[in-house]
Amino acid sequence: MDIIYTIWLRSMKRFIRSKSRIIGSIAMPLFFLLFLGFGLNSVVSLPGLGGNYIVFLIPGMVAMSVLFTSVFSGIQIIWDKQFGFLKETLVAPVSRLEIMLGQTAGGATTAVVQGLMILILSILIGLSIQSIPGFLIAIGFMVLIGIGFTAFGIAIASSMEDMNGFQLIMNFVIFPIFGLSGALFPISSLPGWKESGTGSPESRRSIRLSALRSSGVSRLR
Amino acid sequence: MTIAIHVENLTRRFGDLVAVDHISFEIGQGEIFGLLGPNGAGKTTTLSMLATMLKPSEGNATVNGIDVEKDEDGVRRLIGIVFQYQSLDEELTAWENMDFHGRLYRLPTDVRNQRIGELLALVELADRKDDIVKTFSGGMRRRLEIARGLLHHPAVQFLDEPTLGLDPQTRNHLWQYIATLSKEKGITIILTTHYMEEADRLCNRVAIIDHGKIIALDTPSNLKDGIGGDVVTIKSTDTAAIVETLKEPWINRVDTHEGEVVISLRNAEQHLSTIVTLLVARQIPISSISIHKPTLEDVFLSFTGKSIREQEAGTADILRQQMKMMRRH
Ligand SMILES: Nc1ncnc2c1ncn2[C@@H]1O[C@H](COP(=O)(O)OP(=O)(O)OP(=O)(O)O)[C@@H](O)[C@H]1O
Ligand SMILES: [Mg+2]
Repeated sequence: MDIIYTIWLRSMKRFIRSKSRIIGSIAMPLFFLLFLGFGLNSVVSLPGLGGNYIVFLIPGMVAMSVLFTSVFSGIQIIWDKQFGFLKETLVAPVSRLEIMLGQTAGGATTAVVQGLMILILSILIGLSIQSIPGFLIAIGFMVLIGIGFTAFGIAIASSMEDMNGFQLIMNFVIFPIFGLSGALFPISSLPGWKESGTGSPESRRSIRLSALRSSGVSRLR
Repeated sequence: MTIAIHVENLTRRFGDLVAVDHISFEIGQGEIFGLLGPNGAGKTTTLSMLATMLKPSEGNATVNGIDVEKDEDGVRRLIGIVFQYQSLDEELTAWENMDFHGRLYRLPTDVRNQRIGELLALVELADRKDDIVKTFSGGMRRRLEIARGLLHHPAVQFLDEPTLGLDPQTRNHLWQYIATLSKEKGITIILTTHYMEEADRLCNRVAIIDHGKIIALDTPSNLKDGIGGDVVTIKSTDTAAIVETLKEPWINRVDTHEGEVVISLRNAEQHLSTIVTLLVARQIPISSISIHKPTLEDVFLSFTGKSIREQEAGTADILRQQMKMMRRH
């Protein structure tokens, strides 16, 4: 347990020090929220959502921020490999499982904190929390997304030698997951062939996202 | 003497290249053992296999009786290693890097804090302990890396080119500390180096390794004695004639090497005038002449016909070096 804590602690120290990275990763979902949200608010009317697109978008952006941050944190292991630091952990008398769990805990914490920042910023743009239990359940789902996708990032990173494959992963894994997740539009507006793909990672994630949505974040008004 | 490390026919291939070629040796507990050799000789590869970071292609090795292939965790619990290339977290401070290491090796808090303070003082980084490693110079990073490696007092400590790039003063401090560590705590130490002086001063025994093979293994003084006395080096435009002339029975060995003749003989001071007289009598030009006590460099030269330094500058090795850098970045 103390080994997991040690590795988690290191992630936290790095996270707190990387101010520019924090700002960078909050900026993207926030801009999405502002530009898409306000830009399309009057144009888009989604079936069954009473017409407020921003409110539809917020949980999606929170999830997006958690998703991207957690995959990135997982992939960070490649940097450790390239800067040689990974050797330091691998040669120590600790199990691979502990290393993995420590990294996952660190990445998930980072991701959830960033997600919460988006959430708080959205409250500033005029949302109010309607149900406290719903809000807590939403955080629960953010934690799940964080853990799942940090672990996913670590899995990818451990089979990559350097950062060259990174763009490939972004384009062919992360963006499709994001695009099909229902963060930007309801899944039901996708053509039938894609919607029926239950069991694929995308759809599993969209299930989680709709859980996040129905569990309360969308009830923030 | 208890055996700390036992290596038998250890071999590692990378494709067609045999980086380590059926080496065998034994190291006793508490011994300081040196692997001396030019770039690309296979020193790092050997250490990596002993430290469970690389699988041997053939042969086997044990650390305190534990097989490096069969029980990696068991071996990891016994060892500590300072890598040749940087393995610090640049975004943490010096203290935090040490602290991370101490926690990974499960040192109790008080021992951890006390030793970190002690070691940072030893490598003269105490006043920089709260600075982020990114702001450190190369030598400071190296010092921190060594301090970190020595933190947990393992049974067997591997040091891969520990003092590369350090100033002579720091190097001396570290040598003293390493010697004390081995004496007081009975820690077995294996280090690789290209510094002859380091191998000579620090190591109980030295293995000279070239192209993946051990070509000599003994105490530094025995190795130097094996050369056959002192070394006289004569620089001349006609080296062949010198070799031709010097056939006296008291000369143990004559080699030519890059416009120089290297002669091994006992009591060189007494014979020098005879040598000069012989050469002058045959009107052989002499540009310079020097005598020195044999060094490990001379030992390497006598075994391989090449000096370690010129091997280092060989093009093949420079290429290899660059490849290594590319792999790292
Ligand atoms: N991962 C690798 N893949 C391919 N070849 C390798 C690899 N690691 C080492 N080699 C090769 O094995 C040989 C021995 O390398 P090694 O790093 O053990 O040398 P060394 O004695 O430590 O040299 P140096 O003094 O430069 O550190 C070299 O020819 C090197 O190119
Ligand atoms: Mg090396």
